[in-house]
Amino acid sequence: MIATNPLETMKETDPYLEQFQRFENEVKQPSWLFPLRKAGIARFSELDFPTLRHEDWRFTNVAPLAKLPFKPVFDSGVDGVSSKILGRFTFGQLAGTRLVFVNGHFSNELSAIRPLPVGVKAGSLADALVTDGAFLEKHLGRHVPTEDNAFAALNTAFFLDGAFIYVPAGKTVEEPIQLVFVTTTREAGAAINPRNLIIAEANTRLTVIESYVTTDHAAYFTNAVTELVAGDNAEVEHLKFQDESLAGFHIASLHGHFGRMSNVHVHSFALGAKLSRYNIRVKLNGEGLETVLNGLYLTKGDQLADHHMIVEHAQPRCASHEYFNGILDDKSKGVFHGRILVQPIAQKTDAKQTNRNLLLSDEATVDTKPQLEIYADDVKCTHGATVGQMDEDSIFYLRARGIGLDTARQMLMHAFAGEIIDRVQCEPAREELDRLVWDRLEENPHIAEKK
Amino acid sequence: MSQPILEIKNLHAGVEGKQILKGVELTINPGEVHAIMGPNGSGKSTLSAILAGREDYDITQGEVLYLGKDLLDLDPEERAREGVFLAFQYPVEIPGVNSTYFLKSALNEVRKHRGLPELDAMEFLALVKERMKILHLPEDFLKRPVNHGFSGGEKKRNEIFQMAVLEPKLAILDETDSGLDIDALKVVSEGVNKLKRPDNAQLVITHYQRLLNYIVPDFVHVLVEGRIVRSGGKELAFELEEKGYDWIAKGELQPA
Repeated sequence: MIATNPLETMKETDPYLEQFQRFENEVKQPSWLFPLRKAGIARFSELDFPTLRHEDWRFTNVAPLAKLPFKPVFDSGVDGVSSKILGRFTFGQLAGTRLVFVNGHFSNELSAIRPLPVGVKAGSLADALVTDGAFLEKHLGRHVPTEDNAFAALNTAFFLDGAFIYVPAGKTVEEPIQLVFVTTTREAGAAINPRNLIIAEANTRLTVIESYVTTDHAAYFTNAVTELVAGDNAEVEHLKFQDESLAGFHIASLHGHFGRMSNVHVHSFALGAKLSRYNIRVKLNGEGLETVLNGLYLTKGDQLADHHMIVEHAQPRCASHEYFNGILDDKSKGVFHGRILVQPIAQKTDAKQTNRNLLLSDEATVDTKPQLEIYADDVKCTHGATVGQMDEDSIFYLRARGIGLDTARQMLMHAFAGEIIDRVQCEPAREELDRLVWDRLEENPHIAEKK
Repeated sequence: MSQPILEIKNLHAGVEGKQILKGVELTINPGEVHAIMGPNGSGKSTLSAILAGREDYDITQGEVLYLGKDLLDLDPEERAREGVFLAFQYPVEIPGVNSTYFLKSALNEVRKHRGLPELDAMEFLALVKERMKILHLPEDFLKRPVNHGFSGGEKKRNEIFQMAVLEPKLAILDETDSGLDIDALKVVSEGVNKLKRPDNAQLVITHYQRLLNYIVPDFVHVLVEGRIVRSGGKELAFELEEKGYDWIAKGELQPA
């Protein structure tokens, strides 16, 4: 129930309930959706914001976020965003279909839908709720367990729009489909709840780039949820690029459900936000599939970047490889939590996890935590984490070949980031990331001076 | 006679207060191949590390002249640009740094220092392809990250390949034979021999005589407990192989 007990003192979630009531009356939606939303707000109210006492939130304090007023952006409008402005963002020049959302609302005028194979759909989820309601009813929210995820529950209650991508069996989408979430709000507490549903059926190929960028530097709150279904033999690449306001909060989840013999790459590039958290939950639900979870976080100032993975091996002979590298400066903080769950049936599992961190300052910190839960006996699971400064032996090796100290450091830094970037299969995106990350690193005065 | 390439005079060095080198004397002239042999812990690797510019060691006494200049005063990269090359005993794997990019950067640093124009991508490729043949390296070698995932033999071949590209005046080969099977040893040694010229020199550091069957030294020095206790021609290596280091240690280190 969503009713609150008036005798109870004000809970942090109360303002959210008030907003929800307003939302309940204002937004048009198919009849099946409201119960879903209602369950979401009830769950959120029940769970409340996680605290440091929650095992999954031990290292990431969301109290500053809980203290913000909660102001969902109900109004749509491009708010001054133009194609020219979009072109300047990362991936702004990338070819392919581009779906643009301003403050969470789809903008038809800013988007570019290129010809797609017959049957492939790429557009606004809000529109699809009207046109493909029956189809969405079968899929939306199916892969998002909210029992333990207050933010996903909140998203389910409040989402207004996002992307809906559907690739029917056997189709290949050659060019990447870009989802661009631009935030223009200047208001602290403005909340944007993008919701994406991506379904790639059997024997399909699809690349999706989901990016979060901003024109301002307000303390807004992005709370995104993406559901990604990859059918049997599907080859899917999903890349999230997060370059939000340095005062902003970015919480996102990817809920993946992968089929037999599929091959799915999930990438995360986290550069922005004061606090970011990416929950990656993937269920390997068909035999012999392979998935790569690959991420890079670059933090400075007082930023915190948190990646929290749960990889569930639910079928035999699947491979999951996780690679996350972080480069941290100033007082910033990195968090990596990688849980690998191997179900009893999932024999011949090959699960690998590495988290490497490079500290550019004495005050930067990293909390890294592998968590293996293995209920099958014939499996190969490895994990490793490193936190440290640049490798002196490597620096010496380069210098011993005539390469100067500063150049040697830059090369190694580039290599550290490059190891992750190189796993991006979409070539134009990979090249752009390479340039971008290098530019960001070169801006950093510590690279040359720090030992 | 022309100027020596390397003169080590009464070199004392150690790490964290522990003396390792206790008065090393060695002169290497152009065109010469010298071998330093010694048991484990005798200071062989310390000597090569100091020559290449490792900063972990304290030099407490003595000097090292390279072409008449104070070598110890130079940063590792300056030494490399001046023509000192260390083939590492344990080449470092550097994932993410492309071999071509690395080697081209290194070569151009060396060329700049020598007042030569930098090579563009085409010129560089032509040069390295030619040098790769010397070491029988596969074409894809340059596309891989530096030493990353290389076998032991590949790493050692890569060291000599880099030497072939950078054309040092003084090449120091630190235990280049360790971890090599006989075929790889032959390839590596052939490579080294082809790079021998009247105006450069090679210093081969090894525990075993085996390598010296293929890289034939003009002089063999035996390093024991931080000092060169005996020098001779290549036959000294055979004698050592036969009698072991104990023989020489006993013979030389007993108080006079």
